[in-house]
Amino acid sequence: MKAKIHITLKSGILDPQGKAIEHALGTLGFKNVGNVRMGKYLEVELQETTQDKAEAEVKAMCEKLLANTIIEEYRYELAG
Amino acid sequence: MNFGVIVFPGSNCDHDCIHVISSVLGQKAIPVWHKETSLSGLDAIILPGGFSYGDYLRTGAIARFSPVMGAVKTFASEGGMVLGICNGFQILLEAGLLPGAMLRNKSLSFICKDVHIKVENAATPFTGLCESGQVLKIPIAHAEGNYYTDPVTLAALQANAQIIFRYCTPEGKVTPEANPNGSLDNIAGIRNAEGNVLGLMPHPERCAEEVLGNDDGRVIFLSMLDALKKAKLKAVVA
Repeated sequence: MKAKIHITLKSGILDPQGKAIEHALGTLGFKNVGNVRMGKYLEVELQETTQDKAEAEVKAMCEKLLANTIIEEYRYELAG
Repeated sequence: MNFGVIVFPGSNCDHDCIHVISSVLGQKAIPVWHKETSLSGLDAIILPGGFSYGDYLRTGAIARFSPVMGAVKTFASEGGMVLGICNGFQILLEAGLLPGAMLRNKSLSFICKDVHIKVENAATPFTGLCESGQVLKIPIAHAEGNYYTDPVTLAALQANAQIIFRYCTPEGKVTPEANPNGSLDNIAGIRNAEGNVLGLMPHPERCAEEVLGNDDGRVIFLSMLDALKKAKLKAVVA
């Protein structure tokens, strides 16, 4: 199975990279651009084939290492 | 006294720490490779600056799981003195030995310059030889020094005098202009509730000798040594 994981800063946490990108888009002529937030995307291949067990593994990975839950939140989807 | 300096793959300020401990303080500095699981015989531990694991994923996120960190956690839980400088501070945060987290500098730039920090609490093993309110000029060199924690934790840090250093003007005024990275409450360094673990973003090991033109950082190391000697004396007397 393959886990597709998105990690983003919690709302309310300052995201200077997102702000910089927002301004850059404006400079390039993209009007009507609102808030931009930047995050991380990871793909993790798992040997586990059972959906429930794979989900539990991915959740544990996110909680323990992949996301700093003080400042980040995560979501994932499993395929294959 | 024996100071252990932990070396992770990517640490690059370990040599400066070892130099200060051995040549400036005249104590024993022992480099400890991150795969070591024993810290026996060490009186204090320093986690130095650098780019452990290339700052991959998040700064300090992978180093916190290095084999040596189990021993560092035990050492800290038993009251052992632990100092985290820059990346070392980041690792202590990720490891949960200090509360909070580091965000990217507000300006997005890697900032490498002298700043001034105010000693907010001189009653700690790391600042015992400082005056309360003393201003130290110490260089910073980081891209992720923007300290963050939730309002409840911040209130606790303030109430328990856990904020040890704040960015300030040369005159000691804590102002937004003196804050180089957007850090919450101008926080440059904090300690844990028990007081034996300190993390700070500035690099005192880069300014501990007159010949470098700035020796403001030496007092932090001297305070640590003083506290260790006093503790040993207490243990002997008891």
